[in-house]
Amino acid sequence: MKARNLTEKVMNAVFVVCGMISIIAVVGISAYMIISGLPAIKEIGLIDFLFGQVWKSTASEPLFGILPFILSSICATFGAILIGVPIGLLMSVFLSKIASPKLASAVRPAVELLAGIPSVVYGLVGMIVLVPLIMDVFGVKSGSTLFAAIVVLAIMILPSIVSVSENALNAVPKKYEEASLALGATKIETIFKVSIPSAKSGITAGIVLGIGRAIGEAMAVMMVAGNVANMPKLFGSVRLLTTAISSEMSYASGLQKQALFSIGLVLFVFIMIINVVLNTLLKGGSKNAN
Amino acid sequence: MKKILSITLAVIMCAALFAGCGSTTTEVSPSAADDASTQPTAEALSGTVSTNGSTSMEKVIAALSEAFMAKYPDVVVTYDATGSGAGITAATEGTADIGLASRNLKTEETGLDAVVVAIDGIAIIVNKSNTVADLTLEQIGKLATGEITNWKEVGGADAPVVFIGREAGSGTRDGFESIVKVADNCKYEQELTSTGAVIAAVAANENAIGYASLSAVGDTVSAVKVGGVACTEATVLDGTYAIQRNFNMITKQGVELSATAKAFMEFALSDEAGAIIEKAGAIQAK
Repeated sequence: MKARNLTEKVMNAVFVVCGMISIIAVVGISAYMIISGLPAIKEIGLIDFLFGQVWKSTASEPLFGILPFILSSICATFGAILIGVPIGLLMSVFLSKIASPKLASAVRPAVELLAGIPSVVYGLVGMIVLVPLIMDVFGVKSGSTLFAAIVVLAIMILPSIVSVSENALNAVPKKYEEASLALGATKIETIFKVSIPSAKSGITAGIVLGIGRAIGEAMAVMMVAGNVANMPKLFGSVRLLTTAISSEMSYASGLQKQALFSIGLVLFVFIMIINVVLNTLLKGGSKNAN
Repeated sequence: MKKILSITLAVIMCAALFAGCGSTTTEVSPSAADDASTQPTAEALSGTVSTNGSTSMEKVIAALSEAFMAKYPDVVVTYDATGSGAGITAATEGTADIGLASRNLKTEETGLDAVVVAIDGIAIIVNKSNTVADLTLEQIGKLATGEITNWKEVGGADAPVVFIGREAGSGTRDGFESIVKVADNCKYEQELTSTGAVIAAVAANENAIGYASLSAVGDTVSAVKVGGVACTEATVLDGTYAIQRNFNMITKQGVELSATAKAFMEFALSDEAGAIIEKAGAIQAK
């Protein structure tokens, strides 16, 4: 009896420790980002840092303005959403409402597989196929551009949009759609006027998840975007928040290194905001469903 | 994490040391003593030499460590390709025995000793289809800063110039920009994070120009002459090729290197290593 109690207690403790690890990791990383990110911001000045337009980290008179990175990140993410969301949404409608179960069960794994492809592979294919293609099709002198990053990101965020939206669409009560059809609406009218509006919060959650993935992606973007700290231009080379950190970190020293941590902090704040939005949306969604 | 790793490594190395001691003491016999007197270093050297730093030095260090490990089979030389800055940091913090930097130490990087192991030429590379074969330093500077935007201005085809380089902090970039005197003024079309990536990008774009360590330049791109001098080992060594820099081994002042690490550094500076360094595309410093 005693031995059993002991096992219970030990196992209980093991579970608690395992549960705590994620909390420790989150708190630890947050604290680390804040502690290591603040000194450079303090030294450079928050306004100069966030709204400075020139990044010259190794110049004799270094300038640390990350506005180009912030705007490029926003543009790349927005562009990816602009291309990825319509495709993703229609794909999820197709999977949930239109395709025969057999066809859907063939397409769905393909979409899920897309989520499992490592980002470096996306980058590699982008670098070897997409970049020269952009150069030829649009007649630009270098294909490593913001546009290439947008296309790669749009494909990368498809799985998150599709899987979350499809679940939301599947959760729409059958009676809504049946009522609409009974009132004489066509199938397409029903999808766009009944199913999608009822699945709204789930679809939005999918989009926010996609935004989160797009803004946090570094590897694939670094391989196709050219990595020059320019203000965003569709067919110009850009550097995003993520790639700014990863491209300079290996050689950085002193204030440059600290500034890279500060970029990490800015990115961290962005992602936190997105997560809060996501959580609110998901909570709102479950309330509606109830 | 690194600390734990280094502690465990240290423990293992100590254990290996003691194990080594144990076996030598048990094997003390007249013949073994004779061997020891004829080949004193080969008997004593074992353990790990950790190097960390410049990606440009990869080929040179790989060739040196391969030869060193062939000579002393009990020694393992490790190399982390992280970058010059990280290599200097590693030497400062003691996470590596020897830091590798393809640039000279900055004034603020104190408490360290730098030894020049090799000299490397920075080749100016263009796409194979580019007809331009000879550029002056001044022209290269203008191409880099965006003053010259079309290849026809330097005798090439009527096509835009795409200047591709390395990220800020790279030893190659620092070397190139300071020698060509375009520091902080370059207008890059792409900033890539490795020598290999620059070569690949130049090979993929007809109008591209870039710079890369001579040791890494292969058949996929062509290296232009600089002021009429081709970038070869001979011209780098005699100093006629203008764009060249030092490969340094960085150690911390006041810290005694392990006998193995010391032997590795001595080996890298020995005459014997000259041919090995040359084979790897750089030139031994004299």
